[in-house]
Amino acid sequence: MADAKVIPFDDDRSRGGTRSGAQRPGRRRSGPAGGPRREDGGAAEVSPLPGRAVAPGAVPEQEHEPEAGDGPRGAGRREWDRRIAGGLAFLRRRITGEYEVDEFGYDEELTDQVLMALLRPVYDKYFRVEVKGVENIPAEGGALVVANHSGTLPLDGLMMQVAVHDHHPAGRHLRLLAADLVFVLPVVSELARKAGHTLACAEDAERLLRRGEVVGVMPEGFKGIGKPFGERYKLQRFGRGGFVSTALRARTPIVPCSIVGAEEIYPMIGNAKTLARLLGLPYVPITPTFPWLGPLGAVPLPTKWTIQFGEPIATDGYPPEAAEDPMLMFNLTDQVREQIQHTLYRLLVQRRSVFF
Amino acid sequence: MGRVVLVTGVARQLGGRFVRMVQREPGVDRVLGVDVVAPGHGLGNADFVQADIRQPAIGRVLAEYGVDTVIHLDVTGTPLGAGGRTAVKETNVIGTMQLLGACQKSPAVRRLVVKSTTSVYGSAPRDPAVFLETTSPKALPSGGFAKDAVEVEGYVRGFARRRPDVAVCVLRFANILGPGADSPLAEYFSLPVLPTVFGYDPRLQFVHEDDVLEVLRIAADEPRRGTLNSGTFNVAGDGVLTLSQCSRRLGRPTVPVPLPAVTWVGTALRTVGATDFSPEQIRLLTHGRVVSTAQMRETLGFEPAYTTAGAFAAFARSRGPGLLPPKRLAAAVDRLAAARPSADGGGRGAGQPG
Repeated sequence: MADAKVIPFDDDRSRGGTRSGAQRPGRRRSGPAGGPRREDGGAAEVSPLPGRAVAPGAVPEQEHEPEAGDGPRGAGRREWDRRIAGGLAFLRRRITGEYEVDEFGYDEELTDQVLMALLRPVYDKYFRVEVKGVENIPAEGGALVVANHSGTLPLDGLMMQVAVHDHHPAGRHLRLLAADLVFVLPVVSELARKAGHTLACAEDAERLLRRGEVVGVMPEGFKGIGKPFGERYKLQRFGRGGFVSTALRARTPIVPCSIVGAEEIYPMIGNAKTLARLLGLPYVPITPTFPWLGPLGAVPLPTKWTIQFGEPIATDGYPPEAAEDPMLMFNLTDQVREQIQHTLYRLLVQRRSVFF
Repeated sequence: MGRVVLVTGVARQLGGRFVRMVQREPGVDRVLGVDVVAPGHGLGNADFVQADIRQPAIGRVLAEYGVDTVIHLDVTGTPLGAGGRTAVKETNVIGTMQLLGACQKSPAVRRLVVKSTTSVYGSAPRDPAVFLETTSPKALPSGGFAKDAVEVEGYVRGFARRRPDVAVCVLRFANILGPGADSPLAEYFSLPVLPTVFGYDPRLQFVHEDDVLEVLRIAADEPRRGTLNSGTFNVAGDGVLTLSQCSRRLGRPTVPVPLPAVTWVGTALRTVGATDFSPEQIRLLTHGRVVSTAQMRETLGFEPAYTTAGAFAAFARSRGPGLLPPKRLAAAVDRLAAARPSADGGGRGAGQPG
């Protein structure tokens, strides 16, 4: 069992409520293993098929049940028909360019219909992500989700985005802050902008928060994602704590988030530093499979993931000048970091195995 | 006593239109149009003064007519007629220096408006997504029109410091589009097939010519109540279009070119004379640029009539359909939808899960 050394921490903080409340969304997911069920959301419905556009407010299945007098056969056909019609409408909007993007380049329609649909099988079937406490993200207004970062490739960010998108009761969209490397690379930069990601800088984060968006940030950055396998689940330094002052300025709560499972997808046992410097990358991972098996080695290990959103830390109680107070900033940064670390250890204790 | 307005760069469409507009303003006595070459379009009742702003003669013009408002529009990226990049750069930089020197000497000058561009922010992957007037760019433009504009703005700041009694307004325009626009981007969008940078979909912002004229008019006049028209302002239409949206709305197919080959393709296109593919334009078409217009709304008190999409639609109408008109594509999809068997016919969907 290649588990990290688990240090049992004092679990004295009032987290009992979180845990019992957090089980709910996890159980909700254990319905039929089909697409996501979002009858309660309604605002932004997601279809399991790429290319199926649904008019807002359209409720599938239930609406058509009474008139389908000719049994499930007719209903199925009608459903299929509607999907084709929706797909054609989607296609029509795409090829004529009649869709909207926001100032960050976020293409909500493409994200909902295509990008999320592509990520969902990885999320549901491959990593079998279990989400806890997603209701800790407020239903409206800005919030800053702060998570640990791991796994060599930033799959954890994408999975967190799917988790919020598919499971939040208010159907919120997570806007991730990404490293500048993402926006240098072709294709990656285009997709990242369309999926709603933007550069991890104070200006962009504050602008998004002031617009009332849920912003996701991983303050460990490359130190976290590119750390060797031996240091798994040990949080690295949280940058310079810039995320805290941004949240303080925007007066939005900070939601700590702990992701378990991403550390083991690419066990990084070495780092080809010379090659990394040549390519201008922060690191080039060497895993038990990666350079040796070629492209096959780049397939992540199918670990079982848990994403736990913790209780929000309010920032609106501080005076406006608090964002300029380095001591308070360090304290809050430590508080967020500690909470994520504690939750990580607790989830690791609860975990039965890496893969199941 | 009414105002005497001097406008530079009147041989261009924008300058000509502004001269014709500003002379109808109440309180404007006289309008002087200055350019090196005589304009091909009429200037109404305005007086045309054939002068080169790169020469000290411009100082005599200011003194002779007692000019109190100077509108400097001769900061552009494209050469007018003959003359290459060198001449453009000279007019932009040396011309501005001479003009500002003349303004500094002339005690009558009360107001200076300078046309600049949002390309002073550059365009780099490490920049924030939205530029404010106060954002300092991570990488300064290394050449071309953008560098000219940065230098021009530097001289204007120096002038504002030396003549604090003059109201100075710098307007940073996003890409100007419209039926008569002659900007490099308008030329680019007129190509039958648009070369794009592979793997990047830049965010673009446009401002319509009519809005440009309107904001110039506001800047040239006394500020209205509750507004302030001196300072630096970004001017752009609401919203954002990506390059892929633009090409689809124009109906012009794109050819993605990998980044290393783009400069080569750009040089080839420039040699043929199709369009000016300067390195800064390639950077714009790689990383895009979006500016915040909050200052324009709140301080300057200007609401653009056209959104970015609206300005682009007006431009697209003026250029005629491309090779793949969106209307035809939409009609094709509609035909496909009509040809599809209805829910009552065929057993195609029978085995599908509901």
